[in-house]
Amino acid sequence: MSAENPAQTAAAPATRRKMPPEFSILLVLLGITLAFEALGWIFVGQSFLGNWQRLQIIILQMSVVGIIAVGVTQVIITGGIDLSSGSIVGVTVMVAASFAQSSEATHLIYPWAADLPFLVPLLVGLGVGLVGGMINGGLISYTGIPPFIATLGMYVSARGAAKWYTKGQPISTFTPNFDILGGTLDIGPVSLPVPVLIFLAVALIFQIALSYTRYGKFTYAIGANRQAARVSGINIQKHLLLIYSIAGLLAGLAGVVAAARQDSGQAGMGVGYELDAIAATVIGGTSLSGGVGRITGTVIGIVILGVVTSGFTFLGIDAYFQEIVKGAIIILAVIADQYRQGKRGKA
Amino acid sequence: MLSPSTMQAVRSSGAIPNAAFLLEVSGVGKTFPGVVALDDVKFQLKRGTVHALMGENGAGKSTLMKIIAGVYIPDGGQFRLRGQEIRLNSPLEALENGIAMIHQELNLMPYMTVAENIWIRREPLNRFGFVNHTQMRANTQKLFDELNIDIDPEIQVSELSIANRQMVEIAKAVSFESDVLIMDEPTSALTDREVTHLFKIIKDLRGKGKGIIYITHKMNELAEIADEVTILRDGKYVGTEAASKLSRDDIIKMMVGREITQMFPKEEAKIGDVILSVKNLTLKGVFSDVSFDLRKGEILGVAGLVGSGRSNVAETIFGVTPATSGTITIEGQAVKVSSPRVAMAQGMAFLTEDRKDTGCFLVLNILENTQMAVMSQRYVKNGFVQQKALTAASAEINKALRTKTPNLHERIENLSGGNQQKVLVGRWLLTSPRILILDEPTRGIDVGAKAEIHRIISNLAGQGVAVIMISSEMPEVLGMSDRILVMHEGRCTGILDRTEATQVKIMELASQ
Repeated sequence: MSAENPAQTAAAPATRRKMPPEFSILLVLLGITLAFEALGWIFVGQSFLGNWQRLQIIILQMSVVGIIAVGVTQVIITGGIDLSSGSIVGVTVMVAASFAQSSEATHLIYPWAADLPFLVPLLVGLGVGLVGGMINGGLISYTGIPPFIATLGMYVSARGAAKWYTKGQPISTFTPNFDILGGTLDIGPVSLPVPVLIFLAVALIFQIALSYTRYGKFTYAIGANRQAARVSGINIQKHLLLIYSIAGLLAGLAGVVAAARQDSGQAGMGVGYELDAIAATVIGGTSLSGGVGRITGTVIGIVILGVVTSGFTFLGIDAYFQEIVKGAIIILAVIADQYRQGKRGKA
Repeated sequence: MLSPSTMQAVRSSGAIPNAAFLLEVSGVGKTFPGVVALDDVKFQLKRGTVHALMGENGAGKSTLMKIIAGVYIPDGGQFRLRGQEIRLNSPLEALENGIAMIHQELNLMPYMTVAENIWIRREPLNRFGFVNHTQMRANTQKLFDELNIDIDPEIQVSELSIANRQMVEIAKAVSFESDVLIMDEPTSALTDREVTHLFKIIKDLRGKGKGIIYITHKMNELAEIADEVTILRDGKYVGTEAASKLSRDDIIKMMVGREITQMFPKEEAKIGDVILSVKNLTLKGVFSDVSFDLRKGEILGVAGLVGSGRSNVAETIFGVTPATSGTITIEGQAVKVSSPRVAMAQGMAFLTEDRKDTGCFLVLNILENTQMAVMSQRYVKNGFVQQKALTAASAEINKALRTKTPNLHERIENLSGGNQQKVLVGRWLLTSPRILILDEPTRGIDVGAKAEIHRIISNLAGQGVAVIMISSEMPEVLGMSDRILVMHEGRCTGILDRTEATQVKIMELASQ
């Protein structure tokens, strides 16, 4: 390497960028999809991709987890973890549902609160999620306990709150306009699933925030090197409080959508969603060590999880066996992540 | 060459009772990426002596000791232990051969008892294979009695004072029947009374025929404890003398004795009004009563040994560890600097000592690393980063600093240390500071980059920026500073003017 080479000096703003990191994950998605396509022709005698409805369902069933994963991705970029999102979905489902009932319901939780406009349960649900997230963030920022512990506590407590709220009784019969949050929106001849629209909108908003705002830059900085971030003048406590609050808010949003989609509220909803969200995030290339990751990767991770689930069902493979494979995929993704990091260390 | 196990057999048979030296090393070299830490160094330790090892920071003392203790593998050189050639590949092999090191940072497990710590991996077992605690306690007591140590073997290490933990470490080393004991600045955290006790134990061990290697920066300890002194400088062997033959001045001369060969482009800057005034600044338990004034255009050098509190003072002024008492006044206004944010709002910038721990965002790229600090103040509108302008400014600053990189989107971890340092300097220059604090700005970087950073510092001072520059390198401090503040054991022991400052004067103030 010659020092005289002017190309070695950072002269003009360099515009040369490498391949986006999502590219390799996209290839994985493509590979898995094509594998199912081939297996479909061989064993089932039909196309996996050729069924538009199936593709819609894939996205639809993953969109609730997807909304959570947008928050979880940001938490993981700061070097943290959020185990509480599934439980926050549970408690949000219950509280939002109690304000979404129509007067035709046989069992009204709050007789005075029937037939409210859909905005009320939506805002109540967002509020519940936000409070859960703020408690997580407050504990992590101001008591110094590790995120794993803080959100593990919330994981247990929020699920408890979900069950305690109606002493385990499900809540049903919602107003039709609330149900739209989980249904479809007809624009002319096209009908669009609302949960998917919400998921993509949320993903877009936070991808922009991470890439183009100070909020985003500071999020990466804290995950990359907390001490250096502090010395660079970043208020770490305030920022982490914000990050976990947003994660809680998004879990709340996911809870509202889940309730609307199911047209009922049950305390057991959202179980295991936090792990699916973490899995999608990790598969999407976000590093558990912090400082690295993008929402676009997570969206692809969500689609991969959806394709795998749907593909196995399509092939008629045992549901329990699917879980075994899903676990293996998560492990492989983390190994790949470690490998990427290891290669970096040696370079 | 003998394997360690053979060596141990030979040793226990007592076949070689009296070699001329207990330990003899010669021609030792060690290179770390980009740095020659040791070059053709020799060292000879006699039985029944305390051998002091002295030198400036970075002279290679710790590297040499770590090689002797098996922590580092040397690039080359001969080792003779009790007259036999030997090669050590791990600290465990060193221990098995009778070489024990008592580290500066103590290596005890705080939530285990004293006895458990000493006999870990060697616990006496009963016939069921469980640990025989009674036996272990008795063994510990016997060991402590021999060494005149008064500590309860059953107490948890976390409840012991630093001094007592050190005693436990020494007892542990003795329990391996080590002949060579290496102590790295053992008195740095001890009170006078504890030091007296430690010296008594060291003298006992010497009386038993052990060889003790004693690293210290404290001149006054030499007369009391050392029989011989070996001095290293810049990774090279300078000489070995009987401690009684050397005066304090002799030792300082041997330690620093280099000429200033590098040229420091110190420009005459116009010194203006006082911008920063620090009065009786104290961080409890770390440093106390530090006072000084800093003027616009002035470069204040800060010298002192590692652990003297010089970096801590900088961290406190910048709000990383807020002061417990004392005042900081900036342009006549008293400011409570409670966090780096407050300091930055006052126009301060702080290049930290540790590039990796508190400087670089290793997984982020050069652009992101450069722009991270300035975003707290400028280049942000409604929360959105004005990336175009910021990228242009970042590129410009890296160009001015001659950061060598293919483009700004390269991860900073792929750069050399010197180039990483330039990026970090750039990060702070972007904030257009009025007060620039630099902690070891040129540590571990090559001569060319060093000169560039010196030139930049001089330029900034010329533009009226007030600079505080902490450095372990005497020539750098002497060459760059208008005044030099010297610290020793958490206190400011003097402020020297550029005209009166010499290496010897600084060393005197720094070691007292």
